[in-house]
Amino acid sequence: MASVWPRLEELLPQVQKPARYIGCEDGAQVPKHGPGVVSWLLTYPDTYEVGLPNQGLQILYEILNERADAVAERAYAPWSDLETLMRRERVPQFSIENHLPASDFDVIAFNLSAELVYTNVLNCIDLAGLPVRSADRSDSDPLIAVGGHCAFNPEPLADFVDIVVLGDGEEAVGDLTEIIGDWKRSGKNPGTREGMLRALASVAGVYIPSLYTVRYDGAHITEVTPRFNDVPERVEKRTIADLGQWPYPKSQLVPLTEVVHDRLNVEVFRGCTRGCRFCQAGMITRPVRERPADQVRTMISSGLKRTGYDEVSLTSLSTADFSGIQQVIADTVSEPGCDQVSVALPSLRVDAFTVGIAAQIQRARRTGLTFAPEAGSWRMRQVINKMISEDDLYDAVEAAYSQGWRRVKLYFLTGLPTETDPDTLGIAELAQRCAELGRQHTKSASVTVSIGGFVPKSNTPFQWFGQNTSAELNRKIGLVRDATRRNNAIKLKWHDPKATLIEGIASRGDRRVGDVIEYVWRRGGVFQEWSEHFDHELWLEAMAACGLDIDWYVHRHRTEHEILPWDHLSAGLHKDFLWQDWRDALDEVGLEDCRWTPCYDCGACTGYGIEHIVASATPPAGGSQGTGVTLSPRQVAGVAAS
Amino acid sequence: MRVRLEFSKHGKIRFTSHRDVARMWERALRRADMPMAYSEGFSPRPKMSFGLALSTCHESDAEYLDIGLVAERSNSLDLGPLPEMLTKYLPDGLVATRAATIDRKTPSLQESVTHCTWQIDVTNTDQKTAAGAVARALAADELVVTRQRKGKEVIDDLRPQLIGLEITGPTEDGVRMVAQLGTKPRSIRPSELLAAFQPPLQEWRVTRLNQWIIDDNGTCREPIPRMAMSSASVETQ
Repeated sequence: MASVWPRLEELLPQVQKPARYIGCEDGAQVPKHGPGVVSWLLTYPDTYEVGLPNQGLQILYEILNERADAVAERAYAPWSDLETLMRRERVPQFSIENHLPASDFDVIAFNLSAELVYTNVLNCIDLAGLPVRSADRSDSDPLIAVGGHCAFNPEPLADFVDIVVLGDGEEAVGDLTEIIGDWKRSGKNPGTREGMLRALASVAGVYIPSLYTVRYDGAHITEVTPRFNDVPERVEKRTIADLGQWPYPKSQLVPLTEVVHDRLNVEVFRGCTRGCRFCQAGMITRPVRERPADQVRTMISSGLKRTGYDEVSLTSLSTADFSGIQQVIADTVSEPGCDQVSVALPSLRVDAFTVGIAAQIQRARRTGLTFAPEAGSWRMRQVINKMISEDDLYDAVEAAYSQGWRRVKLYFLTGLPTETDPDTLGIAELAQRCAELGRQHTKSASVTVSIGGFVPKSNTPFQWFGQNTSAELNRKIGLVRDATRRNNAIKLKWHDPKATLIEGIASRGDRRVGDVIEYVWRRGGVFQEWSEHFDHELWLEAMAACGLDIDWYVHRHRTEHEILPWDHLSAGLHKDFLWQDWRDALDEVGLEDCRWTPCYDCGACTGYGIEHIVASATPPAGGSQGTGVTLSPRQVAGVAAS
Repeated sequence: MRVRLEFSKHGKIRFTSHRDVARMWERALRRADMPMAYSEGFSPRPKMSFGLALSTCHESDAEYLDIGLVAERSNSLDLGPLPEMLTKYLPDGLVATRAATIDRKTPSLQESVTHCTWQIDVTNTDQKTAAGAVARALAADELVVTRQRKGKEVIDDLRPQLIGLEITGPTEDGVRMVAQLGTKPRSIRPSELLAAFQPPLQEWRVTRLNQWIIDDNGTCREPIPRMAMSSASVETQ
């Protein structure tokens, strides 16, 4: 294997931010490849600065490199300026540790965290010098694997990838390595690739798209069947039972150049059972598995010491729900030498953001404060099961401003099931009330409102819902804009509804959408999640060219007995549980958090014989959520006095 | 207490920016548990000030930064082993080379450095072509270039900044030259100089060898003076 570095270093002076291609981070490994050792190229199909902090990739990087029978290097999508030079000078996609060509690896594994990166996946495969369609690749070519949240509906990529991993990757990568290693050591002989893939198909959490046949009747899927008896009809996700057994990353990468989330990250728990119905992450990562508090403390203190960071982010889907969160934060900021350390909680729960936590964090440097009420009215929040009362929000915002924050960011979705104009306008009312609360503390108080168009996702109760059109989303955003226009304290931002539409195509697409992705990629449509590259017209053109109807794929409500493209893939949730939750949503019935209340038998625990691991048997203090007490909001007037 | 540190930057890490290097130092000083002094205010920052920016892709033997330390915690600080100790916490390619205390009144690096010595490897040329270009540049009264500054085109004469220049030998596909380039009122980059040559030359590897300060009494010294070679000056002038 020959390093591409000598050729690459001649190109780097000609591109923007060349530091993203050199590796050399603290924590980077320089693995030694060897015969019979399975080599993985873990690829994030977006720029280095977006991809480097990805914790999933870093976890697998360490786990694989700890194994005697595996090595792992990393790659990212080269920015357009370097890609042009690479294609001109025939420099292939490369790893950033040893700068080896991607095609030298046994497995090229992609992390899929958003739909709009799909064309980048194809581009990276092509830059590696490989055919993008798996059927066109030879037995000795690298295997293309994908994992991450979008892998729960991988069907749009089914014709391009060889291996899909559903769920937690910690254990699955080891099982894959063993089977691929046996095949590699036997010489990867012609005609043996499919047999090896069949062996992989028996690994829990592993889905091999090429081993399934999809049949259609017109537009509808009639069946998805395995091509062989030994291939499972339904693939179940992989779940690690105890996060405490996996204290990774142990040596978080410290980049040499600026990246997003440039700080120490410690995952405090995985999974969430708040049950927000729009949230795919909360549905597919169940059950809740907390990391032992002592391990969290050790990972924070040793991580800060090793990296030299002065900021630590405690990550999870809802960090304030971590048992004993106040103690962990108190311990972090009182650690000797950590008086300048700031703590970031990237996903604050809106209700229980107690004054205590706010004060603790503010003892160190101030960080931004963001809340996600998600919907503007109590009715709407019952539909989506984000059970935050107005009091909860106002108490949290009041606490923030009274503690000296001047800016509060509020996240909302629009285009939710059953949403009416009064629900949408509720966003403006909440924002105005929050701005008023702020003005009582500081003249410069401001509220940033961020609105995203809702994209229904697979394996959620809203998977049957017909997504709003771009025109409708624009109209709703316009309602909020008009209602807040004259308030200088409110700054409104929104996600481009055109991008929301395209995400909708891929989110619930089937295998036929693969042609659309290839069409867009072949016409230069890469980095589609970057607004300067996003080409809405190209996607519409591609859908028409492939004979696919946007209305059918995106805006149509699905029926109960329709076979959905991902029905043969399971996140553990029973389909009848999801359907019942969808009906409950339409009836505006909320569902309490099963961490602290009896089981609803969604399937995520019982199906796999695992359980929640939660240190505290009672819900956290502060706010109404999860307490089981009356959840109806008090009158807004009642809050003004407080 | 103020300490001036000297460091070098070589290899792959040359592709990082000046700002990147500042962040690497901030993390390294924290990891080394240096008793850093912090700025006042709501968002206190460790007191560090860097000298002239080194362009991304350039290497250096002579980079400097000044750091402020808390007096009561730094009295026992031994500067001798300090560079080696700090290097352990820096990424590969950054090496702390020397350390010295500086007076509270010592002017900043930005203010005091007057010129730098550069080693410039030029590619795609031969010695004869390069020698002709160098001779013409040294003989010229002015070297006028058009530069973009804050979105506007500005015409500058680089000649006053060109203090010394000589070709020191051939390389594989070009020549190596050493240049003394002034930094006042603003620095010129080696690439700007090469572009102003007739014919223009193309840089490949560039290394800053020294930074120089001219004292009040006219002697030329490095930001951390070298005891044994205190008479070092720019003889190529």
